[in-house]
Amino acid sequence: MAATSVTPYVILGLLALGPRHGYDLKHSFDRRLPLAKPVPFGQVYATLDRLARDGLVVTAATERAGGPDRTSYRLTEAGRRRLEEWLDAVEPPVPYVAGALLAKVMVALFVAGPERAATYLTAQRAAHVARLRELTAVKTAPGAALPAVIAADFAINHLDADLRWLDATLARVAATRQEARP
Amino acid sequence: MTPILQGRGLVKSYGPTRALRGVTLTVAEGEILAVTGPSGCGKSTLLHCLAGILRPDAGEVVYRDHRIDTWSQARRSQLRRGEFGILFQYGQLVAELTAAENVALPLMLNGTRRREARTAAMSWLERLDVADVAARRPGEISGGQQQRVALARALVTEPRVLFADEPTGSLDSLAGEQVLGHLVRLARAQQTTVVLVTHDATVAGYADREIVLRDGEVDPTGLGLARGRTVVAR
Repeated sequence: MAATSVTPYVILGLLALGPRHGYDLKHSFDRRLPLAKPVPFGQVYATLDRLARDGLVVTAATERAGGPDRTSYRLTEAGRRRLEEWLDAVEPPVPYVAGALLAKVMVALFVAGPERAATYLTAQRAAHVARLRELTAVKTAPGAALPAVIAADFAINHLDADLRWLDATLARVAATRQEARP
Repeated sequence: MTPILQGRGLVKSYGPTRALRGVTLTVAEGEILAVTGPSGCGKSTLLHCLAGILRPDAGEVVYRDHRIDTWSQARRSQLRRGEFGILFQYGQLVAELTAAENVALPLMLNGTRRREARTAAMSWLERLDVADVAARRPGEISGGQQQRVALARALVTEPRVLFADEPTGSLDSLAGEQVLGHLVRLARAQQTTVVLVTHDATVAGYADREIVLRDGEVDPTGLGLARGRTVVAR
């Protein structure tokens, strides 16, 4: 099980609520993690196969109701323990410094200099601000459900961190450009 | 878009410091406009000029086709009491008065009778979920409650324009979110125009539009330090 993927653990979590089949798991997954990229069916089935192989889930029943077979799965004791361990484990805070935004600024700086970096930073900032406004609308919509509010908040705070970095980097880049001028 | 408020070439200095260096902007009726930028960029000075609290050294402030920067102090005060609502970072509530009395105050200054002012104040406190603290003084309620009382006081006269200067700057994020949620909901319901000054991108996220000030000027590109596109060197 890849340490970076959360999919197996979300599936273990959903199965902790009771036996389900793949189709049901896919929809529950998307509903419980709003604003996330929907999980593909193929990934759900492949993950179930791996979890079964590792003894974390077992087949609960197979039903045939006029269509293809539907296999439902349930959590094993080992699966429940694995889920508990994952919930207890603290994620390493920023294990390495990486990201597309950072890489682009670095490359712009060493390939074309501060003007080019500033052009990119300005455009990126506008895109971040637009997305932040969309997510704020999601959060403040009348009757917004708690999972949507929490998910929007998560994204808003990450965008805000990026924006603070973008603003600081723009100011630093501008200072460099002024120094370079005769 | 119908403009309600315009600043044209606004210049304002404090001694040798030039806070505004020719700011031009138009605020559309009913919009929520965020004015952002780093500390010291002139955004609070801009708000004070637009609200008629400060008089610019040069340039014009036009409110609904009237040039208000040339008006006397008394006439500008009257405009503020009747048409504008103002919300600061720290609520600036009167410490000796209860929450309800604070909210009723602007109405009574405008000549509304005490009983009517009191009824209107209670209705606004209810809309802001702070009716339960109506009888308490500012020192006896939380920062978030104080700011909601201050918002009720700013809205009780049903202003056409609400000016908010870092309205959540002194609050934690959830208390701030409640204030902003109420502010945006009530402004939209009453079609109140809002000028929201903030350095915080998450606060600006509540607005329809954002202008960025930098060193006393409007930054035309949002944060346009880049003016030309440089081709990648080959």
